[in-house]
Amino acid sequence: MNATAENQQTTQARAGNGPARGFVTPPANISATENDYVLEVDMPGVDKEGLELTVEGNELTIVGRRKSDLPEGEACYCESPNADYRRLFELGPDVDTSRISAEMSQGVLKLHLPKSEKAKPKHIEVKVT
Amino acid sequence: MKLIRRERQDRGAVTRGQGGGTPNLELNRLRQQIDSLFEDPLSIFAPGTSFFEGWTPPVDVFEDKDKYAVRAELPGMKKEDIEVSLDGNTLTISGERTQEEEKKEGETYRAERFFGRFQRSITLPAPVQADKIEASYKDGVLTIRAPKSEEAKPKQIAVKS
Repeated sequence: MNATAENQQTTQARAGNGPARGFVTPPANISATENDYVLEVDMPGVDKEGLELTVEGNELTIVGRRKSDLPEGEACYCESPNADYRRLFELGPDVDTSRISAEMSQGVLKLHLPKSEKAKPKHIEVKVT
Repeated sequence: MKLIRRERQDRGAVTRGQGGGTPNLELNRLRQQIDSLFEDPLSIFAPGTSFFEGWTPPVDVFEDKDKYAVRAELPGMKKEDIEVSLDGNTLTISGERTQEEEKKEGETYRAERFFGRFQRSITLPAPVQADKIEASYKDGVLTIRAPKSEEAKPKQIAVKS
């Protein structure tokens, strides 16, 4: 399996000119069918607008920005991380990056990463003269 | 699954006395030792180890003068699979996250997300009006708003001259 390997953990970053806000690494599941890889990531509090997906070379970056619609009042007990989500995956050569599709439902991102036909290993015959 | 508190006290501020300290400092030291059990990545209590079987969704509680609001992060649930109940001042959120059938076929390379039953109970600091509790579920976040009962609301007392 060389489709997707995680290569970077939680880091700090600065978003725009706002105050520094950390990132947490969301939990992910990766599975494969005959035609594609399926990547699912838990990012509660993130909707479609808060999602940034980028593919650069063989690196897929997922950033999920939480909506700041917290309930009214003062927080008296807090367990959820006050941070956005970020995770990087390294894509294998068999992923067709031009056909990646994404859907977001109830805080879960589901990505379909189709396997490309071209990337399948080719057999080359070597002639000996 | 990580439990991260939004506001963390600065532990460095507490003096680490070796015995003979005041009871309060000793207590603080004990607390630090217990905390470190949960933070040391090699500890059996560390987040993500098998010690914590099951799922503990993170919960936040907010308060204003009229109500409490409880927020729980439950990504990827069906609305019907979430149960909310109130017993006295204790609010209980439970449910089950089920995996889609199609996932069971094919190869799995990584399985970090939790599926199965969970339950959280939160004791609210003051009584609430059970019949006026509202719950909504959006973007994987459950928000419960519970109005305080009349006697729990802050009251203004006029001072007589």
